[in-house]
Amino acid sequence: MDFSLTPEEEAFKKEVNDWLDENMKDLPDWYVRNDGSGPEPESDESLAFSREWHKKLYDAGYVGIAWPKEYGGRGATIMEQVIFNEEMAKRRAPMGAGGLGVGWAGPTIIAAGTEEQKKRFLPKILSGEETWCQGFSEPGAGSDLKNIQTRAVEDGDYYVVNGQKVWTTGGMRADWAILLARTNFDPDIPKQRGISYFLLDMHAPGVTVRPLREMTGYALFGETFLDDVRIHKSLMVGEKDRGFYISMGTLEFERSNASSAVGLLTSINELIALARDMQCNTDPVTRQKIAQFYIEANVAKYIGLRALTRQLRGMTPGPESAVGSALTQEMGQRMQDFAMYLQGPYSRLVRGSKYAIKNGSWQRSFLNSRGNTIATGTSEIKRNIIAQRTLGLPRWV
Amino acid sequence: MNFELDEEQVMLKTSARDFLEKECPKELVREIMEDDEKGYSPELWKKMADLGWLGLSFPEEYGGAGFTFLDLAVLLEECGRALVPGPLVPTVVHVGHTILAAGTEEQKKDILPRMINGELILTLAFMEENGSLEASGMTVKAEKSDDNYIINGTKLFVPDAHVADYILCVARTSNGANKEEGITLFLVDAKTEGIKVEVLKTMTGEKLCEVVFNNVSVPVENVVGEPDKGWPVMERMKCEALVAEAAWMTGGARWALDTTIDYAKERIAFERPIGSFQAIQHKLANMALEVEGSTSIMYYAAWAISENTEDIPMAASMAKAWCGETYKHATFDGVQIHGGIGFTWDHDMHLYFKRAKASEVDFGDGDYHREKVAKLLEI
Repeated sequence: MDFSLTPEEEAFKKEVNDWLDENMKDLPDWYVRNDGSGPEPESDESLAFSREWHKKLYDAGYVGIAWPKEYGGRGATIMEQVIFNEEMAKRRAPMGAGGLGVGWAGPTIIAAGTEEQKKRFLPKILSGEETWCQGFSEPGAGSDLKNIQTRAVEDGDYYVVNGQKVWTTGGMRADWAILLARTNFDPDIPKQRGISYFLLDMHAPGVTVRPLREMTGYALFGETFLDDVRIHKSLMVGEKDRGFYISMGTLEFERSNASSAVGLLTSINELIALARDMQCNTDPVTRQKIAQFYIEANVAKYIGLRALTRQLRGMTPGPESAVGSALTQEMGQRMQDFAMYLQGPYSRLVRGSKYAIKNGSWQRSFLNSRGNTIATGTSEIKRNIIAQRTLGLPRWV
Repeated sequence: MNFELDEEQVMLKTSARDFLEKECPKELVREIMEDDEKGYSPELWKKMADLGWLGLSFPEEYGGAGFTFLDLAVLLEECGRALVPGPLVPTVVHVGHTILAAGTEEQKKDILPRMINGELILTLAFMEENGSLEASGMTVKAEKSDDNYIINGTKLFVPDAHVADYILCVARTSNGANKEEGITLFLVDAKTEGIKVEVLKTMTGEKLCEVVFNNVSVPVENVVGEPDKGWPVMERMKCEALVAEAAWMTGGARWALDTTIDYAKERIAFERPIGSFQAIQHKLANMALEVEGSTSIMYYAAWAISENTEDIPMAASMAKAWCGETYKHATFDGVQIHGGIGFTWDHDMHLYFKRAKASEVDFGDGDYHREKVAKLLEI
């Protein structure tokens, strides 16, 4: 057992911190104050801020650091990725704009795409020139993803796609989408064997996105309607009818979140500050709750480090990463709820109101947190995965 | 970065499990729990000594194997899984490690080799009727008289004092405003005149004792550490005790999880294994999540003690709070998922269930340790 970093890893950590020292100096006052005085979330100003930060990260070579060098990444080791994510979280550095493209679409194209697809898409994902969204879920297919009804029918060199997608995060502004559609309609084969994986031009004729307003009041989601949309066959990823399995790989990738516990530990400091501001830091119930959050965050951190060790030994992040992510997401949710509780009557005040604490930032993050245990697999689906794949319990048949 | 057991530790774990499955079967655990007055098996004790377990974490110069606290935690995890009866942790950790850390060279040479080869059983007389773990709770008095101290008072919840050869007694030698000063540790020969031991009846069958000290005379050379300065030694001992308990609990919780998973796969109801019901799957997934967490935080805390890091008190309190609650949840749900059979005397689950409740409060429960964490965080 050894928690120390190698000299190379220490050097990388220093490099990242030096870069952050230099570049975080120029962040706007509102960001540094972290008091909710920044631009309206999802506003043009807010997006411009993310894009500008993304460009800085890109110029420094910090976007897609895990990607192979030949595709414009850094070819960073797993440890370097963890160090990078941890330092970013510890310093509360802003997020870049490239989330879905860099984290999902890119890695999928690298793993299963053609050379032509790699050349065409990867550079613009990294630079942020093109942004991506995801067309997986449908009104009748969320947790039960294999039930999707969107149809893609062959027509010469094209597929003609009809259907509806939902929860399309960032869909209104995205240039491209990763899309799942049914390509085999044989009723006798299992549903998951008839799905293909496409890259969809969101500006193509027949694509309509309507904003879908969430309980936060903002519309991050879209509803995407596909009416006779033509997708060239060269934009299929992997083999026909094998798309469901490719998407499962993407989901596993998303569930391996070794550094989220560090983010939670950072949030606990904010919670302690809030408890002090509200003068309830001597209240035994408050102290118990915060201490329990701290213990849980550390437990999640060490679960993550054990999973990381297995990963470093060449084992891919499997179902056990669901254990860590179920814990961190649910805990994040309980922490947000408790932050509201600490504010008492002030918890009802939102952005723009006189007396609102941190201009309603907690209220927004509280509402947002309810989505954490739904997106990327609900808590219940994650427990099914743990039970069936890790513990070997029988599936319901 | 490497947060896994090394090959040697995995071997230790595997061989300990094999040995205990053979030498410490549930029949033995039950026999000792129900009838035995000693509360441990001298034969098993001797075998554990012969395997070098009692001296695992002690330097070679005293007859030990020179391994780390983390290695010991790996072993204790397996002992907790097997429910090894008797004063293993009090002998090795509470008293043995305290003598190693604070004792004189004479004390170490006199006691440790005999403890390691299985001749001596040691125990700690810490808590009193007030049930406190704090220095202010230490009221048993020791007064100096020439070359001796005279101890008077009652210690409670002392494990296995009725079979112990030496009792390490935490006593007050001066009573100023700062209660953490004026505490002295005495290594008392258990056969000294004036000591009266009475075994209490417990839910687990473990032998907890009331130890009455009535003008018990102890020579000054039996003071462990400096007079009046015993409390910091006990603070360190408590951290080690917490992590030892956390290891013990993790082993037991893992048994409850494994056993309940097996049962859920085999037990048929409504024409299918009950493990295919999501109500059962989600309970087991939660159990697995907590047990994985226990293993992780416990190994970290044990590593911290091995490396003598600064965050030992924080790590130890976190591990005790988390593992204590994990063990309880795992055995509570273990009983529930087993249904009627889980409520019987014949099934082994209640042995673990009772151990979980006992371990939960040993050296402080979850609330107690969360407050410790809150203090360290300076909330």
